[in-house]
Amino acid sequence: MKRLSVLMVSVLFTGCGQADLPVTTSDVLPTEVADRLPLSSPRTFGFGGEATDERIAMWDIDVKPDGEGLPSGSGTVAQGKLVYETQCIACHGATGTEGPFDRLVGTGPWEEWPSARVVGAYWPYATTLFDYIVKAMPQLTPGTLTADQTYAVIAYVLNMNGLVADDAVMDATTLPAVEMPGRDRFVPDDRKGGPEVR
Amino acid sequence: MAKKANPPLSRRAWITTTSGVIAAGLIKTQVDAVKIAAQEAATPAQDPTKVPGRLTSELGQRAPAEQPLRLVRSPNLSSSSRTPLQDLYGIITPADLHFERHHAGIPNIVQEEHELLIHGMVERPMVFKMADLKRYPQTSRIRFVECSGNGGGAYNRDRMPTEVTPQSLDGLLSTSEWTGVLLSTILREVGIRNGASWILAEGSDAAVMSRSVPLEKAMDDAMLAYGQNGEAIRPEQGYPVRLLLPGWEGNAQVKWLRRIEVTDRPTMTREETSKYTDPLKGGRARQFSFVMDAKSLITFPAFPYQLPDRGWWEIKGLAWSGRGKITRVDVSTDGGSSWTPAELQGPILSKSTVRFRHLWDWDGRETHILSRAVDETGYVQPTVHQLWDARGERTSYHQNHQRAWKIASDGAVTFGLGDLV
Repeated sequence: MKRLSVLMVSVLFTGCGQADLPVTTSDVLPTEVADRLPLSSPRTFGFGGEATDERIAMWDIDVKPDGEGLPSGSGTVAQGKLVYETQCIACHGATGTEGPFDRLVGTGPWEEWPSARVVGAYWPYATTLFDYIVKAMPQLTPGTLTADQTYAVIAYVLNMNGLVADDAVMDATTLPAVEMPGRDRFVPDDRKGGPEVR
Repeated sequence: MAKKANPPLSRRAWITTTSGVIAAGLIKTQVDAVKIAAQEAATPAQDPTKVPGRLTSELGQRAPAEQPLRLVRSPNLSSSSRTPLQDLYGIITPADLHFERHHAGIPNIVQEEHELLIHGMVERPMVFKMADLKRYPQTSRIRFVECSGNGGGAYNRDRMPTEVTPQSLDGLLSTSEWTGVLLSTILREVGIRNGASWILAEGSDAAVMSRSVPLEKAMDDAMLAYGQNGEAIRPEQGYPVRLLLPGWEGNAQVKWLRRIEVTDRPTMTREETSKYTDPLKGGRARQFSFVMDAKSLITFPAFPYQLPDRGWWEIKGLAWSGRGKITRVDVSTDGGSSWTPAELQGPILSKSTVRFRHLWDWDGRETHILSRAVDETGYVQPTVHQLWDARGERTSYHQNHQRAWKIASDGAVTFGLGDLV
């Protein structure tokens, strides 16, 4: 019993440290073990199935900035006006500037930020419009526009921004070729830690 | 009417519970009666030592008086909710309080039917069911996730807020123990072809939200996460599987992940061009600014708390860095004139939040308290002036500058950065 008491007292002293400091528990755990694949792993595990070309084609609908992935079809500015006024106008406004949601139209100077994050001043690639609209728009019925309707509404939005002519036709060839004023704005991330604030 | 001490089974409870269940034949013994009384009769007014307590349950609940909530600003149109940072202890965010940010609502996904397709510049294009993914070697890591727009409400010189809470200002930050399979394990399985340098990660939500991610990160510490704090990942966080990119902005950590395409260039999706890019001075904009730089926030004392008296108070908060470990947090109690290293509470984990604490003997005079985090790269959480100088005053995203709270002489706490700029 006596031995136990002595042991407890010594544990208490060791545990508390200096009595005049607030008791803290700033115990730092050792560096995390880098949990990599075990060395005993086989070259492949084989869990999962082969993806057939048909399976890939079903979901591989994204569009790259050079136009890769754009489907066949086409649309004019006039056709796009009709799509816009039935599908888009409630959120983006009659001229693409009124909202209540994202403003689409504008070529104004940078100082207008953040309202200047518009297609005509900021978007660097016209292909992004297709990639986004065909999947995510209209907000309440996403993914319902046909390729033709999507090309058409893009033609109209680009025309409202003054980037294509009134008789423009958008398709897999013409869309990637549209020169976007925002293209040269973008620079890579140059933050890299260390003492410098970037 | 004077109230007597409650008997083990009050007369009212007995009547209440017996009226229905005697007829049903449920009360057969005194033990049954006590069980029912324990389940139905306890009220806070009763002496808990004089009435049997509630029995076990299949799913636990918070104490009735402890009901922290996410902050939802406009329930009808909301696409984000914020974690109540001021209400939490330690570093782990309870899964039901993890912040939300989504672009077209939370999809309703049946796990058994969910598939992840990996294709593009790979040797073996594959489709994985969740059962397949879960059979691969599993790992767990404690990591923060933060929206890169978090805290942007305290950047504009002309619109500095005063009545913001840690939750309303910086609540798009949460920390979880994530469980899943390393993405590098799965990419090894499909075999990366020469020349590949990016992946496209795509979600199964109504926006089919997608982001391009450098292959280097995918092969480093990226994870396909299906677990969160010991349970299946919550629908709001990407059930049944999300991409976890430790230390990187939340938007790139695609939830409800259904497809990864290995490519040799970025796809330039809407979220990496028109959104989540950071305007700079001179008409430029920073793109693919993935890493969340070091940041800290005092969560106590903070608005709307009022210190009831002078004397000893423990300043508490969180610090985190997307570049590794926090090595130091300094606290100032004199508006930034002098700084003292705070106590860091273990565990100090890479790309995780860490708790800091600083004991402060408040003399009752008006002042401002601030914190600044330092990470293992030597980066020091900047002042807002430093960010203004580096990026301009009209940038957005990644606004990780030092925050300040004003302590008035009556103890009232408000957001005080506006007083210091």
